Amino acid sequence: MTGMNHIAILPILIPMVAAIANLFMGDQRSKRMIGLNIGFGMLLVLVSALLVVVLAQSGTTAAAVYPLGNWPIPFGIVLVADRLAAMMVLTTSILALAALTYASARWHSRGPNFFPLFHALVMGLNGAFLTGDLFNLFVFFELLLAASYGLALHGGGRNRVRSAMHYIVINLVASFLFLIGVALIYGTTGTLNMADIARAVPLIRPEDRGLFEAGAGVLGIAFLIKAGAWPLHFWLPNTYSAAAPPVSALFAVMTKVGFYAILRLWTLVFANGSGSEMVFGQSALFVIGIATIAYGSIGALSCKALDRLASYLILVSAGTLLLAVAYNAPGVTTGALYYLVVATFAAGALFLLKDVIDQVLPAEAQILAVSLELYGDEEEAIDEDQEVSRTIPAAATILSWCFAVAALVMAGLPPLSGFIAKFAMISAALNAENAPTTATWWLTGAFIVSGLFVLVSMVRNGINIFWTSLPDGGLRLRALEIGPIVALLALCVLMAAAAGPAMTYFAETAAFIHAPLGYAETVLPAGAAS
Amino acid sequence: MELTLAIAIGVLSASGVYLILRPRTFQVIIGLSLVSYAVNLFILAMGRLRTDAAPFLSGADANIADYTDPVPQALVLTAIVIGFAMTALFLVVLLAARGLSGSDHVDGRGD
Repeated sequence: MTGMNHIAILPILIPMVAAIANLFMGDQRSKRMIGLNIGFGMLLVLVSALLVVVLAQSGTTAAAVYPLGNWPIPFGIVLVADRLAAMMVLTTSILALAALTYASARWHSRGPNFFPLFHALVMGLNGAFLTGDLFNLFVFFELLLAASYGLALHGGGRNRVRSAMHYIVINLVASFLFLIGVALIYGTTGTLNMADIARAVPLIRPEDRGLFEAGAGVLGIAFLIKAGAWPLHFWLPNTYSAAAPPVSALFAVMTKVGFYAILRLWTLVFANGSGSEMVFGQSALFVIGIATIAYGSIGALSCKALDRLASYLILVSAGTLLLAVAYNAPGVTTGALYYLVVATFAAGALFLLKDVIDQVLPAEAQILAVSLELYGDEEEAIDEDQEVSRTIPAAATILSWCFAVAALVMAGLPPLSGFIAKFAMISAALNAENAPTTATWWLTGAFIVSGLFVLVSMVRNGINIFWTSLPDGGLRLRALEIGPIVALLALCVLMAAAAGPAMTYFAETAAFIHAPLGYAETVLPAGAAS
Repeated sequence: MELTLAIAIGVLSASGVYLILRPRTFQVIIGLSLVSYAVNLFILAMGRLRTDAAPFLSGADANIADYTDPVPQALVLTAIVIGFAMTALFLVVLLAARGLSGSDHVDGRGD
């Protein structure tokens, strides 16, 4: 077990070393550096996969606990890699490797210091997932935000700077709310260690209880801003669609950090109690989840550009995840974790796909497609022969297949993984104790109707891109660019094929995080958790 | 002392929030700074206010009543450093936006 505990810090150390190496090793645009960066990305994926495999093979309550500087828990900062953290780290690492590979074809040279910022963002993400300390979570949040500010600006241009400025202001305000929440929780529980907070919550003096709940509420708002929840999400579509495509692809996992923090603290602090604050929090999250799904779905219908559509799909998936947390049942959480992984991969692939399509399709063709939709196609009859005789080149086939797979996953249609995820959540909600309640029907309805909205908007975009405006000549794709997209979508397909083992892992994860004080008993030294 | 601190936090955060909601980028950055001061004072207050007390206990006759909590002070230090760095970064973006759009409006509009 001691060897395993040391793995917990590697997903933070590897990107840190990579970022520093990039700063000191001269020309970041040389072929050697690109190889080195992809190597670091692969190493990170291997280590994260190792962490997941080791945890999956240990007992269901196993977690790698790494006290930084070996200070005794709960006084020092501790890193905790339980199953939830490990799967989040693996998801991030895979997405990061794909985005990094994609970026090394062209995008890394559009501005200075792309690779160091990219690795710093990955380091912040992994740190936020792994830390077991509330203030350390704040520090990792700031680290990932600082890197993301730089990346959102990567490539420059008026549009990017304007939307990045909105993004920075919103996130700075969110950081202050985060600090206020942390301070209130520290003031009432006297500790910052998450496991210790879970232990201390029942012991809070009744007169301090209100202050503690206010702190948890303020903290929740900070996380909801990061998660892109309605009505705190207005920064998201602009920032995500304005950022450089590989950056947007990695940003797809950033809203999931907010979701992760909510899930972790919610299950640690509130879910085991049954007070008025629990009912309030649950219903608030439920309404916010439904509203986010509704806003994202309607927004998706209004989109003419694929990157903007992908941003709204991220809102839909954020709402879906929040709704699942609010439902507060292990079975629904199981499906939500599965959904999180596939939705992240598919959204990341969509952002990259949009960029590839932009390259191979002339801009006029895309504008034409949009105006055709508005004004009708007067030359349709004349062009018909030409359309039929044209052979579709292999590149266009690959692109359209990628698009189709992403659409199926995002809309949740069988046979792919998006369907399995939604089916798992709805089935668990319907089969829970004293189900079906009104909440169950709201959840089921929201998932199914949003699937229809997403499907309609994806199909309409697909028709505009692939049926009306492909140029006659062969399309040229770079292997470095199409490779990561195919790999991400192949993983979505693989998740559907290996749904059994994956679901077992997620079910054990959900059972662990929903178990009363399970996390606290794993992290705190023996005897202290009682 | 509690009253003084509470008024200080209140005034700082009220003026900070007002300025953040203004349309000019310079007002926003001053507002963010004021709010960050308010938050730092608030964190300090969460460690309970106490004068003439050291943040450590020493000796056999140490009395817990003469002790002040060192953790919020460490937290404030971290928060100040991070807030400072973020403000500096925002300043750069602000200047870039001013240069690109020719306006200091947060939406880049020229009015």
